[in-house]
Amino acid sequence: MVLEQYLRDRLQQKNLLLMTHVVCGYPSFDDNWRELEIMAEFGVDMVELQFPFSEPSADGPLFVKANQQAVADGVRPADCFEFMRKVSEHFPFKVLMMGYYNTAFKMGHETFITKLSAAGGCGYILPDLPVEEAGELHTLSKPKELAPIVLMTPTNTDARLKILGAAAEGFIYAVARKGVTGGQTEMGDDLKAFIAHCRQHTNLPIAVGFGVSQKADLDFLRGKADIAIIGTAALKAWENGGEDGLRTFFSGLLG
Amino acid sequence: MSLFDFADGREGYYGDYGGTFLPEILATTVEELRLCFRKCKEDPTFWAEFVELMRTYSGRPTPVSYLENLSSKLGGARIYVKREDLNHTGSHKINNVMGQGLICKRLGKKRVIAETGAGQHGFATATMAARFGFDCKIYMGAVDVARQRPNVFWMENLGAEVIAVQDGQRTLKDAINECLRDWVTNMGDTHYVLGTACGPHPFPEMVSFFQAIIGKEARQQIIQEAGKLPDRVYACVGGGSNAIGIFQGFMDDNVELIGVEAGGHGPDSGLHASRLAYKDASVGVAQGFKTYFLQNDDGNMLETHSIAAGLDYIGINPILSDLWEKDRVRFEAATDEMVRDTLKLVMRTEGLIPALESTHAFALAVAEAPKMGKDEVILINQSGRGDKDIFTVADTIEDDHWKEFIKDKAVEYGA
Repeated sequence: MVLEQYLRDRLQQKNLLLMTHVVCGYPSFDDNWRELEIMAEFGVDMVELQFPFSEPSADGPLFVKANQQAVADGVRPADCFEFMRKVSEHFPFKVLMMGYYNTAFKMGHETFITKLSAAGGCGYILPDLPVEEAGELHTLSKPKELAPIVLMTPTNTDARLKILGAAAEGFIYAVARKGVTGGQTEMGDDLKAFIAHCRQHTNLPIAVGFGVSQKADLDFLRGKADIAIIGTAALKAWENGGEDGLRTFFSGLLG
Repeated sequence: MSLFDFADGREGYYGDYGGTFLPEILATTVEELRLCFRKCKEDPTFWAEFVELMRTYSGRPTPVSYLENLSSKLGGARIYVKREDLNHTGSHKINNVMGQGLICKRLGKKRVIAETGAGQHGFATATMAARFGFDCKIYMGAVDVARQRPNVFWMENLGAEVIAVQDGQRTLKDAINECLRDWVTNMGDTHYVLGTACGPHPFPEMVSFFQAIIGKEARQQIIQEAGKLPDRVYACVGGGSNAIGIFQGFMDDNVELIGVEAGGHGPDSGLHASRLAYKDASVGVAQGFKTYFLQNDDGNMLETHSIAAGLDYIGINPILSDLWEKDRVRFEAATDEMVRDTLKLVMRTEGLIPALESTHAFALAVAEAPKMGKDEVILINQSGRGDKDIFTVADTIEDDHWKEFIKDKAVEYGA
């Protein structure tokens, strides 16, 4: 699997990789590009490009606003794929599609996989698509070397984690806590135990997201997880301070 | 036929529709709910407990009334009405809510959340929470809060916290999104009392199970009152809980079932909430389930409109989508204008005040009854009472005395 091998190679050089997130077309594709340039400067390893959806029910207030504004501005999946193609050709980091299942369902599974592959994507994260419903997409993904990213959560039972581990490719997205994107997460024993628990059910690299927002969080995750996921915190920095704000944010995060 | 005999590996599916599409964090919670509901459904004493609660608390069984004046005025079929408006809190919503209250108790949870459109479901949930001693938070679109103040007033005074949702279109679908966000955060102590037969499995089945009480009663009553089964049964369809409730009573009979959606400003207006009667909807996955949604080619949801807040929804009961495709339920739409005219007619000829939602069912029945024979029987589900709509109705008919009253009140409150 291309993505998994890429991550393993990177992990030879760094002990904690970084995945970041932008909402396509919010505030604009030009803004997205400038955000990505800064992310590349700081050596980000992977980026999720979120395709905006009108009902982002797993997202917190900032991403809800971003999704709805982008939809209102007329951002379409076709625009997002085109943007993804430019991004994947230009930048060294790997790119994943993130979004809600209806975006893929409505265009059809085959079209979705074909377009994602043509745009240079390495995988996709669809948080409202449970593994039981993902069979066809997963099958179509294999010949294209696309990784369907599976989420593990602290509320899952062992039996469930086993099923999730068996379905996963690329890496595991470990959700650090209950709730939606953008809130605080306590980096403590519970999270440490949860990550260890995930390890029992997978050999893939583990990425931790939800509430990861500062240097102390990355320090905590080093040695426990393989990848830190920065979502809302980066968008907040961009909204508050533009390019300078985002550079300052990453300097602080990685300093 | 049983709607709930699922094929192997297809639990929660009705034909192609239904399913469970939720974030992984809710998998354990939904599984617990599913197992708890299964146990309750298979336990005959649970249904007996539910029926007894509804008898003593909500005034069930609700009667079936013969509308003699309206029938003779229209000169066609004999028209009967199932009076869900006579429930405590004024609509069929209380059936589902009290049932889920019993489930919540068995789950050992202490807090309930609910979305509401017209406010009837929120009102009923607040009542249930007060009765069972649960903490209660109601999410309601800001647009609906503005048009349904009387229900908001009661919810708050019953001890519930009402949150006006400012995201998206600020109506029912946005309130559901907020409930899902609350639930993924607080599932440990919180049960989500979904108000209609939509959303992820087991909600469509569970809501249908409790609402089936309408159809069970109605079948016996109509045979007694009319001397025969009805030829047609009409119910309004927003999410579709009152419709599936009454339809279940006649599923195996030679009875035509008609679901009436919100036609708003009519077909091709872009201002309606008709998923099946008009041609604008297509199959999608949102808010936890697969069904027909009013959405664009990209899968983003469209704006909807109805004079009735409770019908103003993008999706539809997955069971009804399947029954529609199998030609078991016919779907029609009633426009806002038809609803206004019908409400006036029903008030003046029968002294009934159906909710604007329920008036959609009346509107179609009134349109079709004259073409039917005098020996034919129509049964309408009056899912709720219209008192709550006093502001909307007063606006629509431009009642001068009402306007004066509001102006005087405003002065009294120092406006």
